[in-house]
Amino acid sequence: MTDTQAATRPQAVPMQPLSESSIALLRELVAHLRQSRTQLREEWARRITEAQLLTAMSKDEIFAEATAVYDNYVDVLETGAVEALQAYARNLSERIIPRGVETHEVVGIVLLLRDVLARSLFAKYQADFTKLNRVLDAYEPAANRIANTVAVSFVQERERVIREQQEAIRELSTPVLPVRERLLILPVIGTVDPLRARQLTEQLLRGIRTNRARVVVMDITGVPAMDATVANHLVLTVEASRLLGATVIVTGLSPELAQTLVNIGVDLSKMNTVGDLQGGIEEAERLLGYKVAPLEESAQKS
Amino acid sequence: MQVPILKQSDYLIASIQAALTDADLLQLRDALVTQVGTFRSRGVIVDVTALDVMDSFAVRTLRDLAHMIRLRGAETVIVGIQPEVAFAMVQLGLTLEGVSTALDLEEGLAYLDKKIKAISSSTKEGRS
Amino acid sequence: MNSHEVRIHIDSNSDIVTARQKGREIASQLGFTSTDLTLIATAISELARNIVLYAQEGEIILTVAEEGARRGIGVVARDDGPGIIDVERALQEGFSTSRSFGMGLSGVRRLVDDFKIISEVGSGTTVSVKKWK
Repeated sequence: MTDTQAATRPQAVPMQPLSESSIALLRELVAHLRQSRTQLREEWARRITEAQLLTAMSKDEIFAEATAVYDNYVDVLETGAVEALQAYARNLSERIIPRGVETHEVVGIVLLLRDVLARSLFAKYQADFTKLNRVLDAYEPAANRIANTVAVSFVQERERVIREQQEAIRELSTPVLPVRERLLILPVIGTVDPLRARQLTEQLLRGIRTNRARVVVMDITGVPAMDATVANHLVLTVEASRLLGATVIVTGLSPELAQTLVNIGVDLSKMNTVGDLQGGIEEAERLLGYKVAPLEESAQKS
Repeated sequence: MQVPILKQSDYLIASIQAALTDADLLQLRDALVTQVGTFRSRGVIVDVTALDVMDSFAVRTLRDLAHMIRLRGAETVIVGIQPEVAFAMVQLGLTLEGVSTALDLEEGLAYLDKKIKAISSSTKEGRS
Repeated sequence: MNSHEVRIHIDSNSDIVTARQKGREIASQLGFTSTDLTLIATAISELARNIVLYAQEGEIILTVAEEGARRGIGVVARDDGPGIIDVERALQEGFSTSRSFGMGLSGVRRLVDDFKIISEVGSGTTVSVKKWK
């Protein structure tokens, strides 16, 4: 199984094979749990609120979810089917993660449900201690398996969502914009850390190839500061772009940033820089051979 | 493995098909230099699209190639450097300085056309 | 220690290509991005090339690196060549774009995550690098 596959499929804890009598017993107590579902569901919802869990959801929402979850839980108790368990766990995670539910809350509510159902079984079979033990022998492993699977799957799903969100944020923050034929604009806004710098470069290089750009205007007006590592990365990006046949014009270079570049040994006269974005675009058009009118003074070639 | 070299009017086009050993690269270099003389070519395009790695030797050889070809009065353009390869190259500090590059064959030809026209329409030699 | 280990003997230029293609294969199976695959293959190429250039022969050992939850590729380039006189200097290159005709070790270091070198005049050189997914 590749890493990606393992990450998307919730893991199921292996189940010990049940004896015939255990299976029969499980069916009996599941029937009981189904019969008492209304009051047990309410009890569960009450306990959730008492424990101050699922605070991100309203009472009505909790009750609605409790209904679906309860029925699913009891079904899986009965069948113990692995696929059903995984589907249940994944479904639950997908529904509640967007609501801002935390891991301890998920584990908490599943354990509360386990407790509520256990209490109900105590109440029913309390007269016969031997039978109660057998009932718990059948119930406990099944219930614990559910709790375990749900917790693990929730965490995995959460990690996947976070990864996707981070990726999306990074993509959004460094858009490569094709403006005219052969001309790309890359507005860089905000702090650039080494990871973002590298992503920027990869996106730019791919953008150059996709759009067959000959000139790129990289505007760093919106970048407050850059350390030497990232500044160096900027230089590497310009050089890598050239290897793909594109010239990079850097605009919005602040005096501080210019100093940083000089400090790391960059020959600014070799770098194509223009004061602002507008000027950069005009220079780009000139390089591409577009006529820019009116021309009061000829643009300088750097 | 020999790299096929095509003649297209005034230009020579060498398309590298797969990973080359050092010996293959040197052979390509020598073959191009010879053929530029034989055919009096004005331009050479080396297409490295198929190269998944360009290490220091490859870069050095291409630089030598361009230099030697310029001594014979022709322009060289390296085309088809992959984004990942370009990234690795600059990290290693290999920049193909002094050698013209373009995105692909089409861009390379356009570049040569413009360059050759500029050279022939002015009395001074074009900038390298 | 890891059970997967691939050793490639290096004593000619064609071994360089073998080593880097094998490295790319292993890294690909580990699920590295295509950019990282190129960085890894390039690093191996340079390390193997150094062996050929300065020691005539040596070996490249490729392993699957594991540290806690993370996985990656480990590359060891070993030779019994003359060794490097001034390791500090060989590693110390500025961010400048033109690389002097040297070993390119500082460049290799930029391509990988973990970098270790042991070299003594007369007792050869071992460069160990790791790149994590």
